[in-house]
Amino acid sequence: MADYKYILDVQDLHTSFRTDKGKVQAVNGVTFALEPGKTLGIVGESGSGKSVTAYSIMQILAENGNIESGKVLYKGEDITKWNNKQMAGFRGKCCSIIFQDPMTSLNPVFTIGNQLEEAVLLHTDRNKAEAKARAVEMLTLVGVNEPEKRVKQYPYELSGGMRQRVMIAMALACEPDILIADEPTTALDVTIQAQILELMQDLQKQLGMAIIIVTHDLGVIASMCDEIIVMYGGRVCERGTADDIFYAPAHSYTRGLLRSIPTTENNGERLIPIGGTPINMLNMPAGCAFCPRCDDAMKICLTEVPEEIQVGETHRASCWLNVKKMYEEGSAQ
Amino acid sequence: MSEYLVEVSHLKQYFPVRNGFKTIPLKAVDDVSFNIKPGETLGLVGESGCGKTTVGRTLLRLYKPTSGTVKFEGEEVTDQNIHALRKEMQMVFQDPYSSLNPRMTVEDIIGEPLDVHKLYKTKEERREKVLALMETVGLNAEHAMRYAHEFSGGQRQRIGIARALAVDPKFIVCDEPVSALDVSIQAQVVNMFEDLQEQRGMAYLFIAHDLLVVQHISDRIAVMYLGHMMELAESDELMNNPIHPYTQSLLSAVPIPDPNTARKSKRIMLEGDVPSPLNMPTGCPFRTRCRYATEQCAQAMPELTDRGDGHQVACWNK
Ligand SMILES: Nc1ncnc2c1ncn2[C@@H]1O[C@H](COP(=O)(O)OP(=O)(O)OP(=O)(O)O)[C@@H](O)[C@H]1O
Ligand SMILES: Nc1ncnc2c1ncn2[C@@H]1O[C@H](COP(=O)(O)OP(=O)(O)O)[C@@H](O)[C@H]1O
Ligand code: SF4
Ligand code: SF4
Ligand SMILES: [Mg+2]
Ligand SMILES: [Mg+2]
Repeated sequence: MADYKYILDVQDLHTSFRTDKGKVQAVNGVTFALEPGKTLGIVGESGSGKSVTAYSIMQILAENGNIESGKVLYKGEDITKWNNKQMAGFRGKCCSIIFQDPMTSLNPVFTIGNQLEEAVLLHTDRNKAEAKARAVEMLTLVGVNEPEKRVKQYPYELSGGMRQRVMIAMALACEPDILIADEPTTALDVTIQAQILELMQDLQKQLGMAIIIVTHDLGVIASMCDEIIVMYGGRVCERGTADDIFYAPAHSYTRGLLRSIPTTENNGERLIPIGGTPINMLNMPAGCAFCPRCDDAMKICLTEVPEEIQVGETHRASCWLNVKKMYEEGSAQ
Repeated sequence: MSEYLVEVSHLKQYFPVRNGFKTIPLKAVDDVSFNIKPGETLGLVGESGCGKTTVGRTLLRLYKPTSGTVKFEGEEVTDQNIHALRKEMQMVFQDPYSSLNPRMTVEDIIGEPLDVHKLYKTKEERREKVLALMETVGLNAEHAMRYAHEFSGGQRQRIGIARALAVDPKFIVCDEPVSALDVSIQAQVVNMFEDLQEQRGMAYLFIAHDLLVVQHISDRIAVMYLGHMMELAESDELMNNPIHPYTQSLLSAVPIPDPNTARKSKRIMLEGDVPSPLNMPTGCPFRTRCRYATEQCAQAMPELTDRGDGHQVACWNK
């Protein structure tokens, strides 16, 4: 097996969908890398390509979807070259995903215990009795009370928070190296959301898996990520630590987003919205995708896609303003 | 006359539901009292299913209350006067995707309340009024003949608001009006609510689960749990000095979009889930998750009492 520094290394990923209205370039050159045991946050507005990025990694795209180019290196090996059988092994064993709505992945006609055992049997060489024990063990791990009773229950008999715990238990049953959580708490109330986020962090400490957390909620990722990437229009527009992104945003979209949300600080002040309407993927601007809504847009933004440049030690952004600033500073010297 | 626009006292809303062979009451709202002043925004927060929407709908008599009263400008709302009062009290719904009739044009959606209350003499006058309303909420007049499904979420929410404004009401129940919208659009709609209130002096009951949005827009905030009112106070007072154990844990669980604050803040983790409303604990409904619960809490639900400056709390031990 190849030497690797990153458990997952996504390089210049392009994913598109065929529709009757034309091609939708949902992911348009996404690159990021994740070290073992670390947490990556992906934020961005609805339709920015967060979920499609996650589904591309897992190769669980809809019929009309297609990974056009790019690499997804798992422990240094490009899994986009893997066949269906290899990918079936990858899912669950190497990398698991949990979805916003647990009901989409829990089968309503089987008991919780049945589904957990099934996952264990599929991905490990445990026997039936061992799988049964493992199911109870996993439910205990994710803090489901009375696990012996719960294994006999059906999904509809559980509350939303409880179902999300079961989902996490299923995702972790085979001890994957990577857990992808796509809006894992969006459908939950804040007190339950706090429980689930804390649970994910605890399990990461115990089991050492890497986590990718996909969300549109800046609050959710402010405290739990080693790195954050901000997506807009299918591209990564900015990446850095939470402190980089929140305290020194270097892309006009990120700045606009942070300005527009109510916080304890701007209470009593008027909110400053981002103008315009969210992007239409069927009608992508030629240059910077954010250009039609950007107050700082310049002529070059209309025609040229901004390239990503280093703006701090751990911080990179794709906005022409940074290039302009660099140029001005350079020529001033 | 009373200083309040809306006075709610001992409001109960029970829904009959089948449970096996029996029909039992689901206590969606159980003895809730509060008031709203003219031109004020009262925020209403609490976990999913705690009864916020039911309170809003019962206030407008979209549901007939099981018991208790709602007064509007001192007059009790009844089946007899509700039609006339609908001109003063309106509602904006949670889901801009499903609350508008897809087969109606924007002009007809906004014009419908004008028809119902006969607020114009000629077709031209109706048209003028609709266009003025569209302008008020920032919709392009050229869109009047389009159908609702042709609009984005933010635009649909504007259509819903224009419709509520058509009768020039004094009070609007806003049920999660920004929840379905993308963050970048939320700020536009929140600003519009604030501007409209400034121009027209309406009062809002603003229901939302995003506490930072609620704090931003509300003068006072009320907190519900399983059909009961737990705490009610001035907005900043409630956020900075919550007294009820449920409010405390609710606020500590709000994800703060600021890494330093988030790292420092200590979450008060609640054990377990919200009990089923069909299987309510006796006494205080929060006791199954409360760190301060004592025997008394299982005996009876504490009254909402004033702890000074209108900060009301319902708790035996706090
Ligand atoms: N099966 C599909 N067919 C056509 N287009 C699709 C399909 N799935 C996704 N898309 C498009 O790809 C883009 C990115 O979608 P994606 O679901 O990744 O967004 P997201 O950032 O996860 O948004 P949300 O927060 O709403 O989940 C969108 O424009 C979406 O409409
Ligand atoms: N028409 C109805 N029939 C039966 N139960 C209802 C009805 N409407 C609401 N409920 C129940 O009442 C409780 C409160 O609901 P609701 O007010 O809609 O909550 P929310 O705070 O999410 O708006 C929930 O348990 C809900 O399932
Ligand atoms: S590249 Fe130009 S249009 Fe894009 S965010 Fe930066 S300034 Fe705005
Ligand atoms: S009344 Fe008792 S159970 Fe209810 S919140 Fe107060 S201390 Fe907790
Ligand atoms: Mg998504
Ligand atoms: Mg509701």
